[in-house]
Amino acid sequence: MAVDKDTVAHIARLARIRISDEQRGALAGELSDILGWIEQLGEVETDGVEPMTSVVAMKPPLREDKVTDGDRVEEIVQNAPEGAHGFFTVPKVVE
Amino acid sequence: MATDGLTKLTIAEARDLLDKGELSAKELTDAHTAAVEAARPLNAFITETPEQAQAMAAASDARRAKGEAGVLEGIPLAIKDLFCTEGVLTTAGSHILDGFHPTYESTVSANLWQAGAVMLGKTNMDEFAMGSSNMTSYYGPVESPWRRRGDNRALVPGGSSGGSAAAVAARAALGGTGTDTGGSIRQPASFAGIVGMKPTYGRCSRWGIVAFASSLDQAGPMTRTVRDSAIMLRAMAGHDPKDSTSVDRPVPDYEAALTGDIRGLKVGIPKEYRVDNMPQEIETLWQQGVDWLKQAGAEPVEISLPHTRYALSTYYIIAPAEASSNLARYDGVRFGLRVPADSLIEMYEATRGEGFGAEVKRRVLIGTYVLSAGYYDAYYNKARRVRKVIARDFDEAFERCDVILTPTSPSDAFPVGAKMDDPIAMYLNDVFTVPANLSGLPGISVPAGLSGDGLPLGLQVIGRAFDEETMFKVADVVEQAAGFDAEPQFMAAS
Repeated sequence: MAVDKDTVAHIARLARIRISDEQRGALAGELSDILGWIEQLGEVETDGVEPMTSVVAMKPPLREDKVTDGDRVEEIVQNAPEGAHGFFTVPKVVE
Repeated sequence: MATDGLTKLTIAEARDLLDKGELSAKELTDAHTAAVEAARPLNAFITETPEQAQAMAAASDARRAKGEAGVLEGIPLAIKDLFCTEGVLTTAGSHILDGFHPTYESTVSANLWQAGAVMLGKTNMDEFAMGSSNMTSYYGPVESPWRRRGDNRALVPGGSSGGSAAAVAARAALGGTGTDTGGSIRQPASFAGIVGMKPTYGRCSRWGIVAFASSLDQAGPMTRTVRDSAIMLRAMAGHDPKDSTSVDRPVPDYEAALTGDIRGLKVGIPKEYRVDNMPQEIETLWQQGVDWLKQAGAEPVEISLPHTRYALSTYYIIAPAEASSNLARYDGVRFGLRVPADSLIEMYEATRGEGFGAEVKRRVLIGTYVLSAGYYDAYYNKARRVRKVIARDFDEAFERCDVILTPTSPSDAFPVGAKMDDPIAMYLNDVFTVPANLSGLPGISVPAGLSGDGLPLGLQVIGRAFDEETMFKVADVVEQAAGFDAEPQFMAAS
């Protein structure tokens, strides 16, 4: 599957990563090479094989549905690049 | 004892001296904080923590005086900068985590401190553990302490746990932690001439380790001997309710498994573990490994892992897919770097555009693509099906053998800067290590010899799930037979 510059722009948008026009061209080539190489998986017969979901066979653990942690506002916002009054802040989203 | 003598001890030797009262944690730590400083030309550490090390050593000596010594009491270690350490800068080798000081401690590092270990600092690594050379770190490449014979060019230590590998090889730490998603412990161990071990998936808690690909990531020890690896893993492993994939099984005393007796064990030799242009010397070393185990009474068995050649491409769908999801959290809001912009979406895009390096962007974009509408089934689900087929190959092989012996990497270390323009050539470094991650199996790389150019080469022992003991036992025999005693050209204290 060849990836063109427009596709790079589209997935970069989905991934929320700014990519310059110049980088888009280079990435289109690199991603096409990688995806082309990956296509060899088509050779493997997988009819009737369920996709692998857990690496090691185990029953997912369940816990009691009750609050066991909390009241850590200070710690949680401590690493925020910007914040105010115990909240994270972002550029204005509502006019 | 002279300072350089202290940095050349193994963990087991240091432990015995500490136990006998012939050495204090303070003396041992002072020698190592000096060695960490002397190792600065390697760029192995992103953050050095000498003051914390001294405080931890003093506390360790006090615990020992009260008779409360843990299994790693007083042992100075280097911690890969992927493990969150409370109050200590944690970067994952990325610009996007600028200034991040976790308010919590990863379970694995907490287990090490609980066992008495001392932190020397946080080691350099490929950005978000994505790489096989340590070249993708925002903090610059790590140099291997080794040099090719007659060639003074700087070499890579391998990656992604390149800083820990270089620090341990150069005698700046008695051991280090690494993480291994596709070979990131075992490949640098092979390049640096040390022992690197990836446990069974679920053996070590992933809680507090910056996530790359959650179904593949495992933490493990990087040490100079198999015995040290066994000692360290015992302290690192264990059930953790905070990681739902961590298994609730008792942690054995792995050191007790090192009996040297492998008589009657069946060692699988997979005929597919060969790649084009693999140097003959690696093939020869592998055969040598088979002969060593045979001489010790094991029985080599030819096995087939027929889908080996599809492991890397499977990995390069699954790992980027999981990474694109895990790395969505770096949004400029909660931690790390923020690049201001007028709108929220532009702020996200600017922050991630500037904060992520080229390899991380490449993988997040691949992951986004293979998970996007219209491609999910053709790429992601196909890869998960092939992954199952690869895991099944191992299940069938382990009906005929107890462990598997392979080379760790298809080459020795390459120069800093090489392979950077060809992602696929770089990915091929992990061709022999990735299958164990896809299948969740434990694997260990043991230094087994030198290449014609005088660089270390490792052999890998892969074990059954949760049978690290047999894997360690066989690795110990390989180590004894190889008698690898070469030292790198650069030593932190000599």
